[in-house]
Amino acid sequence: MSEAPAAPPTASADPGGAVGIGLLLRPPQPRAGWRLLPARVVAMCAVELQKLRHDRTELYTRAIQPALWLLIFGQTFTRIRAIPTGGIPYIDFMAPGIIAQSAMFIAIFYGIQIIWERDAGVLNKLLVTPTPRSALVTGKAFAAGVKSLIQALVVIVIAALLGVALTWNPLRLLGVAAAVVLGSAFFSCLSMTIAGIVLSRDRLMGIGQAITMPLFFGSNALYPVAVMPGWLQAVSRANPLSYQVDALRGLLLGTPAHLAADFAVLVVAAALGITAASGLLGRLAR
Amino acid sequence: MTRNTTADRPDGQAPGAVTDAVTCAGLAYSFGGMRAVDGLDLSVGAGEVFGLLGPNGAGKTTAIRCITTLLPVPAGMVRVFGHDAAVDRMAVRRLLGYVPQQLSADAALTGRENVALFARVFDVPRRERAARVAQALAAVDLADAADRLANTYSGGMVRRLELAQALVSAPRLLILDEPTIGLDPIARTGVWEHINAVRAATGMTVLVTTHYMDEADQYCDRVGLMHRGRIRALGTPAELRRGLGERRRAQGGAATDALPTLEDVFRDVAGSGLDDTSGDFRDVRSTRRTAHRVG
Repeated sequence: MSEAPAAPPTASADPGGAVGIGLLLRPPQPRAGWRLLPARVVAMCAVELQKLRHDRTELYTRAIQPALWLLIFGQTFTRIRAIPTGGIPYIDFMAPGIIAQSAMFIAIFYGIQIIWERDAGVLNKLLVTPTPRSALVTGKAFAAGVKSLIQALVVIVIAALLGVALTWNPLRLLGVAAAVVLGSAFFSCLSMTIAGIVLSRDRLMGIGQAITMPLFFGSNALYPVAVMPGWLQAVSRANPLSYQVDALRGLLLGTPAHLAADFAVLVVAAALGITAASGLLGRLAR
Repeated sequence: MTRNTTADRPDGQAPGAVTDAVTCAGLAYSFGGMRAVDGLDLSVGAGEVFGLLGPNGAGKTTAIRCITTLLPVPAGMVRVFGHDAAVDRMAVRRLLGYVPQQLSADAALTGRENVALFARVFDVPRRERAARVAQALAAVDLADAADRLANTYSGGMVRRLELAQALVSAPRLLILDEPTIGLDPIARTGVWEHINAVRAATGMTVLVTTHYMDEADQYCDRVGLMHRGRIRALGTPAELRRGLGERRRAQGGAATDALPTLEDVFRDVAGSGLDDTSGDFRDVRSTRRTAHRVG
């Protein structure tokens, strides 16, 4: 080829080998302080979405349980009318609880992924990047939130198919998304905190199994706080899941809720969770 | 092989002064009662390929983890291009590319996504991210496999992918912990050839640990033989081998004309009992696991 090409070839458009390494000689400009955290959160969420795109098996298998809860438990108890729901069908009452539960299940086992990443060296490699531990944990927490959010969407669709009268107001749905993400951020940090303490997948699995059901039954997901015995009401009041369910119920069904207090508790819980998990992340790096 | 390091990097800080890539002085680290690193003194010049050699359990990985800021520096001093690794962690991390001993690519992502993650966390701006990721993948010959999931890669390909992950941020110091562990000879050569090609093109410093003495002999400018937490011998591979040869001759040893290997040098400095101390159960298990995953 003796003649000059019609158009000058660009580095990125060249498919054959000769891409060059010019860009690899220049270190990227560091991001300024406050822009670092959102950038890391985006990076971690992007990874989670890419993984979901490659393999949706988990999304489908995890949809089975909430579907059964709504189909069997929900429909049966709607007929029995044993639980006072304030005039709405029981299946409507429990649907936000099941959304919160399925999101929590995903988040509470997120720490297993952290331990897997630690055993595989992925975590160490991320810790050697310009990413403060708190930013890494926050990124992971929101990545768990994104995963839970997609799961919540699946459950919302199932609930809608079963005839639950949900809102389609976009502002309220945005609030639903925020509540799901914040709740999952807290529960994933709880899981990462436990991971930082027990340091082994098997033990975390056991503890995860042991605490999910108490968290679920010790909340207002299946029955209103008013019908609980006193001690369980106290548990429910200390349980972030209850505040998440209260917010979801208020937003999705329009039942009376304490949205400001709910979101305040969820934000504080997520912040505390991030602090605790960041503090223990060093133990996983060792 | 002394290398003129001042000319390598026009942007190196402290004009006039030659800053070593890595300086460790009196570095010590204990796990419980076990002193993994016990007063390590080390300096790696800018632009050289330095090999930290020793059996499992010699303290190589612990030393590397102190240099990479993964572990704190409880005693002694560690500097990377003049930045204190105990204080200025973020500055140190920005200069590092790190490939840990385990196969650390994420198998659930494609090669390209694996590299893009590291472009993101090193703040590569979006407009040049795709091009930079493509260059890193091309530099390790993975352009064609870039959009396959990493769980379809061979062991050698995963190692090269990890190299691309480390290169995408244009590190000044590339740290490789046992990069060829468990690989077959052809893949080992391939990994080293890519390390060398990239080093030649970028002038970066390479700090590598290995327990394959033959690799160190062939590919490292200088080596430090580490045993029980300390450097026991330091120099170019040729110097060390020649040194032992001369000592043997001086002691009136048998007329073995063959130049000693690095392994002979190692046995000489480590003394007896080497076989008993080389690696505890956990080290061997993790090495086996890596080897198993490499397949």
